Amino acid sequence: MPEQHYLREQTCIVGIGETAYTRGTPKSALELALEAAMSAIEDAGIAPEAIDAVILPGGAGSGGTAGDFCANLGLQDLHYTTSLQEMGGAMCVSAVESAAVALASGIAHYALIPMCSRFYSGRKARQVTSDPGTGLQSAETIRDYYAPFGVAAPPQHYAWMAQRHMQLYGTTHEQLGAVVVAMRKHAQLHPNALMKRAPITLEDYLSSRWVSYPYRLLDCCLETDGAAALLMTTAERAKDLRSKPVYVMGVTSGHPFPPHDIPNRPDILKIGLDFCAPRAYAMAGVTPSDIDFAEIYDCFTGQAILQIEAAGFCKKGEGGPFVENGRIELGGALPINTHGGLLSQAHNTGMNHLVEAVVQLRHDAGARQVQDAELGVVTGWGGHGHGSIAIVRR
Amino acid sequence: MKTESKTQTVRLPILHGYTKEFYDWCRQQELRFQRCQKCGAWRHPPRPMCHSCHSLQWEWAPTKGKGKVYCWTTVHQALDPAFAEAVPYAAVVVELDEGPRLATWVTGILPDDLQIGMPVELWFDDVSDEVTLPKFKRVG
Ligand SMILES: [Zn+2]
Repeated sequence: MPEQHYLREQTCIVGIGETAYTRGTPKSALELALEAAMSAIEDAGIAPEAIDAVILPGGAGSGGTAGDFCANLGLQDLHYTTSLQEMGGAMCVSAVESAAVALASGIAHYALIPMCSRFYSGRKARQVTSDPGTGLQSAETIRDYYAPFGVAAPPQHYAWMAQRHMQLYGTTHEQLGAVVVAMRKHAQLHPNALMKRAPITLEDYLSSRWVSYPYRLLDCCLETDGAAALLMTTAERAKDLRSKPVYVMGVTSGHPFPPHDIPNRPDILKIGLDFCAPRAYAMAGVTPSDIDFAEIYDCFTGQAILQIEAAGFCKKGEGGPFVENGRIELGGALPINTHGGLLSQAHNTGMNHLVEAVVQLRHDAGARQVQDAELGVVTGWGGHGHGSIAIVRR
Repeated sequence: MKTESKTQTVRLPILHGYTKEFYDWCRQQELRFQRCQKCGAWRHPPRPMCHSCHSLQWEWAPTKGKGKVYCWTTVHQALDPAFAEAVPYAAVVVELDEGPRLATWVTGILPDDLQIGMPVELWFDDVSDEVTLPKFKRVG
């Protein structure tokens, strides 16, 4: 028997909070993040003052700084804080990893992870990605080596990967569309999904306008406003709380090589998740076939398919056929993005995926509940393909 | 559908550090990339250290300007207003015979006629007084 990984089942998500997801808000990012944080704290049933770690997925871009959360929540003795800004959309799952490390090591006891995304009222995700003011090398690479050729934002440089996947493996437009249709169907069942009253068909998808081939408008995630938060603690402390704990079985992060430039990777279809997913399954002591549902970071359809492959649900290149015939819809073999995802619920940088996984594992998902859900996967994708994955159980 | 790139763009790189050196070579009609002087590994975009042997000794090594199409996207909605008039255009990743790849344009061909592996050769587009961009055209 291999030695059990020290992080397996050591920590739990014990609180979740989420604001309404909207297009347009009069509230500041900090107000939204605090609203979500208080919901998570109340959900867990702890006193706010008990929080001694604040993990900020995107640093101040998460809605506020550690100091902001201390000042507003009255945190008198913060032990630990960190930021995962370079991870981009992989930052929220990576924040769970950081929280798990801090909690399991005893550095801290109760960790708050807030995330606010004001991509409708504030700066668009696509503007942040290509802003060298972030200090990130990936943004400088866009500015100096992609933008002179009209490649300024993710739907363009991520389309390179989707196009090559289609060329090498025969992935079809209809298969990309199957992802869109599944996410939209699930959003119909979620009261806090932006697209809950806007059903679409595959034909609607195939007639939507091109953005950057092979991506159409409907291949691209939404731009919305809203915040969510998680509260985590150790498995031992979770026993005393009123909420039903969701256990972190495995959680890892990974990076493509080189991280900052897509074209010069030996294989541009080898992503961060390819590196870290096997480590997460080993940590958790489970295999992809054990998983009941997955919340996959669906910034774009092709990126979702790459992650479905990298997360081990099918072989490299077989993601296209995998998503067909309702397999990823509720009732299918592996329901994916039961909340509607970034494509149809909201774009909260993947924090909404973590919240949904917890809701599913508490069996609180109502009409969109995956029957007997015991084990779920959540992935993150960001920067130019950084990846992260959490394997969680009830 | 447009078949040729425009002869200018208003979205220029910021000429600083190694990036200035890269584009200065382009102005002299040479496409050069960093190559490690210890182990010979190429690298791009530029950075100080060889990822293969960790040497800090390197040179701007010339390429012959021959390569092939690796992948592309055909942009229909220019998210940068500088390219609003240029759509639809194909932003192509070309792999040089020496190994490095770069984002570029392949001119003189319809985006729909591009193919992975298609041989292409280099030309230089003087898009401003300071900046020359490496672009490619179909061989033959
Ligand atoms: Zn070397």
